[in-house]
Amino acid sequence: MSENSKMKILTNGILNENPVLRLVLGTCPTLAVTTMASNGIGMGLAATFVLLCSNIVISALRKVIPNQVRIPCYITVIAGFVSVVQMIVKAYVPDLDKALGVYLPLIVVNCIILGRAEMFASKNGILDSALDGIGMGIGFTLTLTVMGSIREIIGSGTWMAGLGKLIPALGADFKVQIIPEGVDTFSLMTSAPGGFFVFGILMAGATWLTTRPRKEAPAVEGGNA
Amino acid sequence: MVKLAAIFFTMILVDNYVLAKFLGICPFLGVSKKLDSAVGMSLAVTFVMVMATAATWPIYKLILCPEGMENTSRDMSYLQTIVFILIIAILVQLLENFLKKFIPALYKALGVYLPLITTNCTILGVTILNLDNGYNFIESIVCAAGAGIGFLVAMVLFSGVRRRVEQAVTPKCFEGLPITLVAAAVTSLSFMGFGGIVDAIFKA
Repeated sequence: MSENSKMKILTNGILNENPVLRLVLGTCPTLAVTTMASNGIGMGLAATFVLLCSNIVISALRKVIPNQVRIPCYITVIAGFVSVVQMIVKAYVPDLDKALGVYLPLIVVNCIILGRAEMFASKNGILDSALDGIGMGIGFTLTLTVMGSIREIIGSGTWMAGLGKLIPALGADFKVQIIPEGVDTFSLMTSAPGGFFVFGILMAGATWLTTRPRKEAPAVEGGNA
Repeated sequence: MVKLAAIFFTMILVDNYVLAKFLGICPFLGVSKKLDSAVGMSLAVTFVMVMATAATWPIYKLILCPEGMENTSRDMSYLQTIVFILIIAILVQLLENFLKKFIPALYKALGVYLPLITTNCTILGVTILNLDNGYNFIESIVCAAGAGIGFLVAMVLFSGVRRRVEQAVTPKCFEGLPITLVAAAVTSLSFMGFGGIVDAIFKA
């Protein structure tokens, strides 16, 4: 494999095969935790870690695991890493643990991770699978952050509130006030309907970006939505 | 009794898992195209949810983390995620074999949806949330049943909304899922109207 194709595996997850917007995997945490940009980052990083580790392990074991019982095997591997993440988060960033709540253990059933194990790691070498895990993780984290930013700015008028809990150097009260405090915010954005709405708009945007006609490159095939 | 009813209706109307808590979005978007498959899927989910709660609650309270053992060396609650997902996977497999042998009609009706249920986050979600909320065994079962019925209500309502959306002319990049999500936003907005209704009825 050339350098070029390795790069391609890594960058594939960011737009062309963005797990959330193009492959439509892992929608539940995407909608649920993106009320604030910092929660999106936390969730994205946790899922990236699990994705990277499970991709490596599953790819290493792909010749050992019998085909008939592969799904239970994958789920056990993934559940193991999710427990690791849960313990780390509980110990070092307890505020994030509270903010993510039940969605942290639910990474186990996040279809991105099982999906990449099935679609990619079970067919490719360890290095490629690790790159795929990182690329998909970055795509997931970026999407969550963008979505969290939109919902937080419109819904509460601030940006990155709570980031101080992830990075203690910033101080616990770190936030960027986008809309001045006296102004009423559109709080619907931080509740359930806003989540669906922003997600729909973002997905339309990604479809437009990847399928609009371009001069040099032919239009990219749509995701398997 | 009043408390049980309150839990049941809260799960259906106020804390609807799909529309308010964002659990089980994948089947919600994937299977809600046709009414009959939406109903089949929701019934299977409800059934597995109740079974899974009935299995995981005693295992957690009796084996993983018995009363009074919290935060001691005997506390094995950190194994919760692994144990629960395996129980659910086994349960789904058992259910599939059982239905195949004894109730083939139902097995045929549920068909492909059964194995998919393992990775449905509502199931794992309801088992974990029951323990987080400190519900006792009966309350947990009622809560699981309510969550399942809530899922059914959301799926059935949305499959109706979706029929209309499919016929609408939309901008090209909105075709398919994006416009479906916008429709889901409106459906979810209408469910927000139920906020407080259960408290008002049962706790007044």
